[in-house]
Amino acid sequence: MLSSTRVSATSPAARRGTGTSYLRRSFRLLVCIPSAWIGTAIVAVLVGVALAGPAASPYDPFHISAADKLQPPSPVHLFGTDDLGRDLLSRVLTGARISLMVGVVVLILAMVVGVGLGLIAGYWGGWMDEALMRTTDVFLAFPRLVLAIAIAATLGPGLSNSVIAIALSWWPWYTRLVRGQLLSMREQEYVLAAVSLGAGRPRILLQHLLPNVGTTVVIQASIDIGFAILATASLSFIGLGAQPPTPEWGALIAQARSYMVDAWWYPTFPGLAIFLAVLGFNLLGNAVRDAFDPRLRSVT
Amino acid sequence: MAAYALRRLALIPPLLIGVSLLLFVLTHLVPADPAKLIAGEHAGPAEVAAVRHAFGLDLPLPRQYLIYIEKLARGNLGVSMLTNTPVLSDLLQYFPATIELAAAAMFLTVVLGVPLGIISAVRAGSPIDLAAQVLSVSGLSFPIFFFGILVQLVFVRGLGWFPLSGRLDIVAIPPHHITGLYVVDSLLTGNFEDLWSAASHLVLPSFTLALTSLAPTVRITRSTMMEALSQDYIRTAWAKGLVSTRVFVHHGLRNALIPVVTVLGLYTSGLLGGVFLVELIFNWPGVGLYSVNAITAFDYSAVMGTSLLLTVTFVLVNLGVDLLYAVIDPRIRY
Repeated sequence: MLSSTRVSATSPAARRGTGTSYLRRSFRLLVCIPSAWIGTAIVAVLVGVALAGPAASPYDPFHISAADKLQPPSPVHLFGTDDLGRDLLSRVLTGARISLMVGVVVLILAMVVGVGLGLIAGYWGGWMDEALMRTTDVFLAFPRLVLAIAIAATLGPGLSNSVIAIALSWWPWYTRLVRGQLLSMREQEYVLAAVSLGAGRPRILLQHLLPNVGTTVVIQASIDIGFAILATASLSFIGLGAQPPTPEWGALIAQARSYMVDAWWYPTFPGLAIFLAVLGFNLLGNAVRDAFDPRLRSVT
Repeated sequence: MAAYALRRLALIPPLLIGVSLLLFVLTHLVPADPAKLIAGEHAGPAEVAAVRHAFGLDLPLPRQYLIYIEKLARGNLGVSMLTNTPVLSDLLQYFPATIELAAAAMFLTVVLGVPLGIISAVRAGSPIDLAAQVLSVSGLSFPIFFFGILVQLVFVRGLGWFPLSGRLDIVAIPPHHITGLYVVDSLLTGNFEDLWSAASHLVLPSFTLALTSLAPTVRITRSTMMEALSQDYIRTAWAKGLVSTRVFVHHGLRNALIPVVTVLGLYTSGLLGGVFLVELIFNWPGVGLYSVNAITAFDYSAVMGTSLLLTVTFVLVNLGVDLLYAVIDPRIRY
């Protein structure tokens, strides 16, 4: 990792010292990491383009013009045109909103299910924990993309189905993460104190435990969002995700395959868009992890 | 060790029952009525009902699951609607191509990734290190299907160094079937024409597939190697006057290998998921391509069979990785 050497200079003991709060300290660390800035810049552009939506594209991304088909990049069409004469720049820009939304929705779905079940497993323990963990074992036995493909194939092609498929194959990671944290947390004094004060289970879970696992979950999510975008694009490329004429990046590349010999720009620009978006989130996610929790710096 | 391996093997059947249950539930979530699909578009209600009865689709779900499991245990994965042959025989036919591809990708990951990680660690902060780190961050973010198309554009269309797709030249006759891996078979039979053809067809797909596992391998080798190199025994090794390769490889690498092997095992998952994409791009006739073709034809048995096969492979690879720990590190005893 580009940033690891800098962060490890600050020992956990020093971080826990007196004075400024954990959040402020972590943010201060974060701004020292160069890749955090690059990542933030890329993500900011992506979010800006997604928010601007149609206003950002020079042409109508769906406007077909047979006369302009497969034009190479030029001042008129910066990214060239596709096989139906549509402006590729406009289509790639429109795709930003789709990809960003897909990434966020996948994570929210996976987090709601995963964190919820993780809290239940970690706090209740016993047979509930056992049952939930064996269930996650089954899900995790599948190679990641394979399960998503199997689920998406069953649900049928479509962007929303592929979002559900990816979320369904991702929740166990969050369940495991939260459960692991909770196992050590539930024996801590503040929880025992809450119990002795007569707090009910929902209160302990939501008020005392959830905020404490929150950071870990957010860190994990900031790393996962790039991969969620990548996974969706992969499903679209296979033909399980977004369908034409939706300008989803993976779908654009799938359509571009037949023309790549004569039109190098057709697969290249959507491909670079995916790469930059995922790179941006990965750089930012890794930096956030390094700054907020050096212990978490995992092998991936 | 043997006891541990047996214990681990004993855990596989329950896991497979879980996996099959999940796949069964999935196939029965199908919004389209499979009976209607099988009977065809123009079938009347009576014909659909007959098909439903013939395929046991009118039985209660638990009964259907038991029948499914029983068939599964006998290796019956259903009949592919696309090829009209049993899914199992299709899979057996296509699986060697996938193994060849995945094994070659794993080979590339190890022979490129581990040395690159070692060099980065030994020369930390050098331009090589920086380049390796930039590459490993980018490699992880690069969509492999786009990477595959790029290498096709550059190395096939541009430079003309490698063939575009497939496993062999069209005119070539496949080598005598021994393992089903063309490179191995042609080597064993001394068929060097086929060997050349098969190897040159294998380069680009396996390199593309290796992309996702290469990046984390470089990264983890670098970080564990750096940690190993800061240990006292390394200083002792230097003090004894050992040559640098011996210090790095024998003392450093040996101790850095466990996390590397763990990561390699984990990223088999990525490799097995990636075969769908890479086989599609390079028209590689493995189970991934078979399955992608099946998806577009709504041929669920084929997709489910492929998923089951890849999952079993993944489980076995993980078992192998765990057993490998003891080989690498004699301190680990099961």
